[in-house]
Amino acid sequence: MIPPPAAFFILAAVLFVLGVLAFFVKKDLLTQFMAVEVMLNAGNLAFLALAKSLGKAEGQVIVLFVITVAAAEAVIGLAIIVLIFRQRKTVQTDELKDLKG
Amino acid sequence: MAWAVFLILSFLCIGSVAAMILSRNQAHNALFLVLSFSSLGGLFGLLDAPFAAAVQVLVYAGAIMVLFLFAIMMFNLRGELPVRVKKTRLAFTVGLGTILLAELLLAGRKLVLGSPGAASAAGGDTARLGHFLFSDYLYAFEITSLLILAALVGALALAGKREGS
Repeated sequence: MIPPPAAFFILAAVLFVLGVLAFFVKKDLLTQFMAVEVMLNAGNLAFLALAKSLGKAEGQVIVLFVITVAAAEAVIGLAIIVLIFRQRKTVQTDELKDLKG
Repeated sequence: MAWAVFLILSFLCIGSVAAMILSRNQAHNALFLVLSFSSLGGLFGLLDAPFAAAVQVLVYAGAIMVLFLFAIMMFNLRGELPVRVKKTRLAFTVGLGTILLAELLLAGRKLVLGSPGAASAAGGDTARLGHFLFSDYLYAFEITSLLILAALVGALALAGKREGS
């Protein structure tokens, strides 16, 4: 039998928290960006678990939209990171502190 | 059986994200993430969402992570990145993460503790999903295509610029 939705929710929560941890612990833009993708995927998993437990297909529709928007976001984000690298020759967030007064 | 698949896939998923946190090589990070997203696709399949599972593997594990790898190749960073994580910062982050996890589980307490309820099997019908996409969500669907076009043009405008122009 398929595990109950609760198991999927716990997994989604753990995955989301791991994404947050990775975002704060890592110091380079690319890995932080990957951490954002992990968080998005945790959200997707929660959506699908809800869609399954409520028996509705709307959850899957939302997941499709999230994946599409994530793809667009990844394209733009990577383009911006490439621009930053071209100008500064680094992707370490510690060295990008112009806004620090 | 399904429990075994669930446990293996979730272990792979969480393990590879943890390995991503511990590893210092960006290319390795991206490959760990490919593994994580692929196993997540398996979990989606377990949830009766075959289309979402296929899209997850094709778009996430395939397209997006390949994009990441190309970006990493462009940076051409030699050697591993130095780690200079401050102790206080690490402790703060772990504490924050623990609190966040507790909050999430607390918020979902009813869902977690409550009885699973009778899950209807009709949720994972790809034909129904397509019907939804092209009737109720047609507007959002068209806007999505516009968004992708905008992202395409935007990426070209941002990254296609010549040096110094």
